[in-house]
Amino acid sequence: MAFDYYQYLRTENLPHIWCPGCGHGIVLKALLRAIDRLKLSKDELCLVSGIGCASRLPGYVDVNTLHTTHGRAIPFATGLKLVKPDLKVIITSGDGDAVAIGGNHFIHGCRRNLDITLIIFNNLIYGMTGGQQSPTTPMNRMSTTTPLGNPNDPFDFAELAKAAGATFVARSTTYHVRLLDRVIQQAIEHKGFSVVEVLEDCPTQYGRRNNLRTPAQMIARYKDLTVSVEAADKLPIEDIRGKLLVGVLHHVERSEFAERYDKIIEEARGASS
Amino acid sequence: MGWRESMVYSPGLRLMSGNEACAEAAIYAGCRFFGGYPITPSTEIAEILSFRLPQNGGHFIQMEDEIASIASVLGASLGGVKSLTATSGPGFSLMQENIGYGCIAEIPCVIIDVQRGGPSTGVPTGSSQGDIMQARWGTHGDHPSIALYPASVTECFELTVRAFNLAEHYRTPVILLSDEIIGHMREAFTMPVVGELKVYDRRRPRRDPDNYQPYEGDIPTISAFGEGYRFHVTGLYHDDSGFPTNDPTSIGRQERRIVRKVIKNRHDIIEYDGRFLDDAKVVVVAAGAVARSAIAAVKRARANGRKVGLFRLKTIWPFPQDEIEQLAANVDTFIVPEMNMGQLFEIVTMAAKGQAQIKRINRVDCEIITPSQIQRMIRESF
Repeated sequence: MAFDYYQYLRTENLPHIWCPGCGHGIVLKALLRAIDRLKLSKDELCLVSGIGCASRLPGYVDVNTLHTTHGRAIPFATGLKLVKPDLKVIITSGDGDAVAIGGNHFIHGCRRNLDITLIIFNNLIYGMTGGQQSPTTPMNRMSTTTPLGNPNDPFDFAELAKAAGATFVARSTTYHVRLLDRVIQQAIEHKGFSVVEVLEDCPTQYGRRNNLRTPAQMIARYKDLTVSVEAADKLPIEDIRGKLLVGVLHHVERSEFAERYDKIIEEARGASS
Repeated sequence: MGWRESMVYSPGLRLMSGNEACAEAAIYAGCRFFGGYPITPSTEIAEILSFRLPQNGGHFIQMEDEIASIASVLGASLGGVKSLTATSGPGFSLMQENIGYGCIAEIPCVIIDVQRGGPSTGVPTGSSQGDIMQARWGTHGDHPSIALYPASVTECFELTVRAFNLAEHYRTPVILLSDEIIGHMREAFTMPVVGELKVYDRRRPRRDPDNYQPYEGDIPTISAFGEGYRFHVTGLYHDDSGFPTNDPTSIGRQERRIVRKVIKNRHDIIEYDGRFLDDAKVVVVAAGAVARSAIAAVKRARANGRKVGLFRLKTIWPFPQDEIEQLAANVDTFIVPEMNMGQLFEIVTMAAKGQAQIKRINRVDCEIITPSQIQRMIRESF
């Protein structure tokens, strides 16, 4: 039997606002499948977002949902998770939301290692606000604020997350859907700050300015641009040069913030009695 | 066991600073989350709560900046916990967008602003009253504002508790304006016993979760995330269900309601300390540190037989404009001493509606306006 997505959706809020060909729907479906496989109850879940196309995702899902200000999903989620440690807190964020306006929160979120999952919908451009460059727009590409080609170096989310202290970092694309299912599930299961970057497509704002004619073409190019972590281990270096790794890129265990804080409470309470 | 019974708190006589009293009052009021970023002259509030909160089973977190601080406070409040941040002018400015978010999404929380000299970094250790207008109009758009202003260590305690009560009752951010002088001065003060001051908790929904409308009614009830209600919170205009809407009727209704819930109840919110007002011909209007000089000046002038009164603001916003208007009909002159270039002066002038003369004393060198400065102007006004 086909998977019943509607059991998790607020159907009264559909149709969604995303453009035809947008990759966000693929990630939403992967997330719902992961939630289902993990048998998470709707009440124990909270989806948090900032601003932008990806930030509208929580509104469509029938769980606790919080749509915050631009770039601030991580600190909102931090306060919530600390006082409600039993909630599974998942953030859906865009590339600009997560590392431009929210960049400082991103690195400190990784550093603190609170048990939160951050899914970054990386479509390489600002979608909702009209196709301006984002911190991940590749060099020389076109956007409405780089009409002569992007002179900026892009960020690498995974490297940034790893360096800042995230304990689980994975990357997938809207082409690698089964991998996407798997890494979202692993990220939610992981105790600590987990980051999943999803390379996806924005035909409306990115594709039409950068000679990628169809959504299918945009998704398919991720097949050529990437190589899996497992395959990369066996391939000669010249075959993986210039390609992006997909899969689980970093996974370590480190004490989780809320648990560390529980010990502080215990100690302070001991000192006061 | 509820938080009141398990509270680690020792009432009794203390020598305490205003900032310390704010921190203890937060514990008393049931605050169990503080998210903040250190900034002079508010830092002691964070420092004390970093120990006092875990002692009471609560959480203190030093965030990466002020924007993150207020965001964490809003998140924690949506988790059902009374939440606080404390800052000063520059940090208060950074928080403004999310204070507006708290207003439109109707999230109870308290923001303490211990004012310093400004604008910009100004004089970190100097006192001022320059954030009176920021407390009203700091964020964008139209929104309700509740701001209280203590003038003593005792009042730092009482008004912090009251700020939490108003936040919980009206489901909105509440600002406690303090200033460097009030924050750092020490006074003997008796910490009240539990139960002496009223402490309110937010009204939770009673109806079944399937029918919960988080924005229904004049002051809607509020559930916490994770308690079965599964509601949506957004900074976008929303309808009663909490989901975004572009419907003009719905937008206008929500906007008017959030403003109305404060304006309609202003007589419950507004508190002031009126002295010798019955026969006064000259009335000094002041708040915070300057109000202490004003009390001394008014008492001395009364001793000299002058008909002088004091109108000390404990609630800055909503501004007690009806009270000032009524007074204006009977007095000749208002004197407004303040440590800024005339923020209270302008609203007193508006409220008086031309019925009385308004004089001003402004000081912006981080030094307090002295009783004799005010006394001099009182003398000149007769």
